[in-house]
Amino acid sequence: MSKALLLAGVLIFAPLAPAMAQNAGPSDPQIAHIAYTAGQLDIEAAKQALQKSTNPEVRAFAETMERDHAAVNEQAIALVTRLHVTPEANPTSTSLTDAAAATRQRLAGLSGAAFDKAYVDNEVAYHRTVNEALRKTLIPDADNAELKSLLQTGLELFQQHQAHAEHLAHDFP
Amino acid sequence: MLLMTAGALAVAPALPAVAAPRTHTVVIDKMKFGPSPEGVRVGDKVAWVNRDLFRHSATARNRAFDVDLPPGATGTAVMRTAGTVAYACRFHAAMTAEIVVSG
Repeated sequence: MSKALLLAGVLIFAPLAPAMAQNAGPSDPQIAHIAYTAGQLDIEAAKQALQKSTNPEVRAFAETMERDHAAVNEQAIALVTRLHVTPEANPTSTSLTDAAAATRQRLAGLSGAAFDKAYVDNEVAYHRTVNEALRKTLIPDADNAELKSLLQTGLELFQQHQAHAEHLAHDFP
Repeated sequence: MLLMTAGALAVAPALPAVAAPRTHTVVIDKMKFGPSPEGVRVGDKVAWVNRDLFRHSATARNRAFDVDLPPGATGTAVMRTAGTVAYACRFHAAMTAEIVVSG
C-alpha cells in the first residue's frame, strides 16, 4: 500500500491525541461519545463500500465492519442507558467526524480498484488510529468498569479488523 | 421398499461396532475459540456456543464443515473423517483452532 496515503490517514487523525492531551483525560461521557462515533463512522464507510465496490473480498470485509461495529454500538447504547450517562460531544469525536466526512467525499470520486484500494488503506489507518487511542487513552481513562470492559472487547475485535484490513491491503499494492 | 430393506440390512452389521456418538462443546468468548475437546471420534458432534456479541463461524480449512454462528447461537457439525481439522472464523481470520478426530 502507499506509504503516502497511510501517512495522510495518520495525519488526518492526528488531532485525536492533542485533543485529549490538553486536560487530565476524557471523561466517561466523552469516552462513550468517542467510541460510539468511531464505530458509527466505520459503519458509514462500510455502507459506502457496499454501494460502490464489486470486489467480493472488499464487500465481505465491509459487511463484517458494518455488522461488528453495529453490535458493539448496540451494547454501548444499552450500557449508557442503564448507567444514565449521556454521551458528550468533544473535540476528538468532532475531529473524527470531520476527517471521515472528508474521506467519504474523496472516496466518492473513485471507482473500481482505485476505490477498493483507497477504502482498504483508509480502514487500515483508521483502525490503527482508533486502536491506539483505545489502548493509550480511552481504556486507561475509563472510570466505569463496565465501560472499560466494553472498550476492551471493542479493542480485541478492532485489532482483528485491523489485521483483516492489512491483509486485504496486500492485495492492492 | 424391498430395495430399502436390503439397503438397511447391508448397513446394519456396521452399527454395533460404533460407539454411541457424543457431543463435544467449544465455547467462543472474547474473540477466541475455547479449549478444543479431547476424545472426539468419527461420528461425534461438535457444538460451538457463541457467547460473543459478534457473528462468527467455524469454518474448516479442508471444508469438512462450515457452521454459521450468530451472536448467542449454538451450531453443530458431525465429524465425519479422522484426522486433525484446522478451522477458523471466516469473519475474523485470527480466530483459529483445531480439532483432533480419531477413527
